[in-house]
Amino acid sequence: MTANAGEVFGLLGSNGAGKSTTIKMLTTLLPPTSGEARVGGFSITRQPVEVRRAIGYVPQAVSVDGSLTGYENLLIFAKLYDIPHGEQEARIREQLEFVGLTAEAGRMVGQYSGGMVRRLEIAQATLHRPRVLFLDEPTVGLDPIARDAVWKHLVDLRTNYGTTLFLTTHYLEDAESHCDRIAIMHMGKLAALGTLKELEASLGAGSHTLDEVFVHYAGITIDSGGSFRDVSAERTTEQRLG
Amino acid sequence: MTTAFIHSLISFVGKTFVITEFELRKLRHDFTELITRALQPALWLLIFGQVFARSGMMHTGNVPYLDFIAPGILAQSVLFVAIFYGINVIWERDLGIVQKFLVSPTPRAALVLGKGFSAGIRTLSQAIVVYGLSLLLGVRLNWSPLALLNVFVVVVLAATLFSTFSLVIACIVKTRERFMGVGQVLTMPLFFASNAIYPTTIMPTWLKVISHLNPLTYVVDALRTSMLAGSASSFGLGLDYAVILATTIVLVFIGARLYPQLGV
Repeated sequence: MTANAGEVFGLLGSNGAGKSTTIKMLTTLLPPTSGEARVGGFSITRQPVEVRRAIGYVPQAVSVDGSLTGYENLLIFAKLYDIPHGEQEARIREQLEFVGLTAEAGRMVGQYSGGMVRRLEIAQATLHRPRVLFLDEPTVGLDPIARDAVWKHLVDLRTNYGTTLFLTTHYLEDAESHCDRIAIMHMGKLAALGTLKELEASLGAGSHTLDEVFVHYAGITIDSGGSFRDVSAERTTEQRLG
Repeated sequence: MTTAFIHSLISFVGKTFVITEFELRKLRHDFTELITRALQPALWLLIFGQVFARSGMMHTGNVPYLDFIAPGILAQSVLFVAIFYGINVIWERDLGIVQKFLVSPTPRAALVLGKGFSAGIRTLSQAIVVYGLSLLLGVRLNWSPLALLNVFVVVVLAATLFSTFSLVIACIVKTRERFMGVGQVLTMPLFFASNAIYPTTIMPTWLKVISHLNPLTYVVDALRTSMLAGSASSFGLGLDYAVILATTIVLVFIGARLYPQLGV
């Protein structure tokens, strides 16, 4: 499968279908057991450092440090991503402005709300203007208002910087309203890929909803997959953000 | 070739200090940890040290027993603080922080060494506590600037060594429960199979052999040489430094190889 430059690409699937594993391989966290992928034109197996420079990553779990301020959380990554010293300050201010956290920059992140944490994570992951931004369940555990705010910033990212968004989600309505193309995974394999219209049309005559498409391709069985650790991590995230 | 190497070396050192800087910034926000840590060396020196000094059971040559164990207790508290450092790493892994750092183009060894250094600087508070207690107990300290510098460097290096060891264990066991178990099992043997609270000369041969393989023994020897007025080194400061540095480098290398496993 291929995600086109500048598109919002959604990866769907039931628990344990392999969404997170796919993202971990594409972000060079997990070496693939076989095969190859290219991100931003670089090979994930042979050019992992080049891939890392080209991407941003927002993991499912909380990835900012609660014992630092919002500003400090951005400053450390500005330094690690080799943003020139003279530009760091302006870039951090710009990012804080972008996600609407300027007033909160000096506060400890441990006191942030769930929506603020996610917005700070997006600011942190896009400090270096990555070409591709990977997000693992970006809206999990957020209330509808915080969810809308997160989506607004993600859409702005694409408009302003042409960033390609590659995300996984459980929420079909997120995929339905925001993703240009959708891939559905089942048991570690790609089951379907296309725009929402194409996927709906693929089920044959009559009008179908994404729910029906999802059930058809993701092969819903109640007890399918999702290891104890995955579920526990997800619930912890929900608890911390919610 | 060489300029590329120098460039990446400068970048490596820079990134290491970025990691250290932010670990220390976290400390600025929470000081309680430093205070609670001061308790353990106080107990060892004031109770264990005083009682054994009065008993006269330990033969430590022309050095009084309290003088003898003061550097040993400093080394011990550095070990005890550093060996549980890995628990932070597991905590950061259970959040998503480790993953975020691994996805950045930072050299793995810089992530590992940067954290180690920060643990090293954190444990300097233990040196201040032990110096304070030593003054109180009348230990004859060496106040020459060179001696103090040596103590400073050895404490930072020793904590870097043991916290990196701790990080390696964390990478292997991956959960907090298992880590606590392994941590407990490791600290006491490292402590008792060293020259921290008794000289190696009174040990049975098998223990003597083990203690000479234990990096803590060289940390204690280096501290004892530098901290005390008129104390001779058993191994020589050069060998002490060589063992401490070589062990740290090996552990950072292993840590850099294992650290990515925490991102999975």
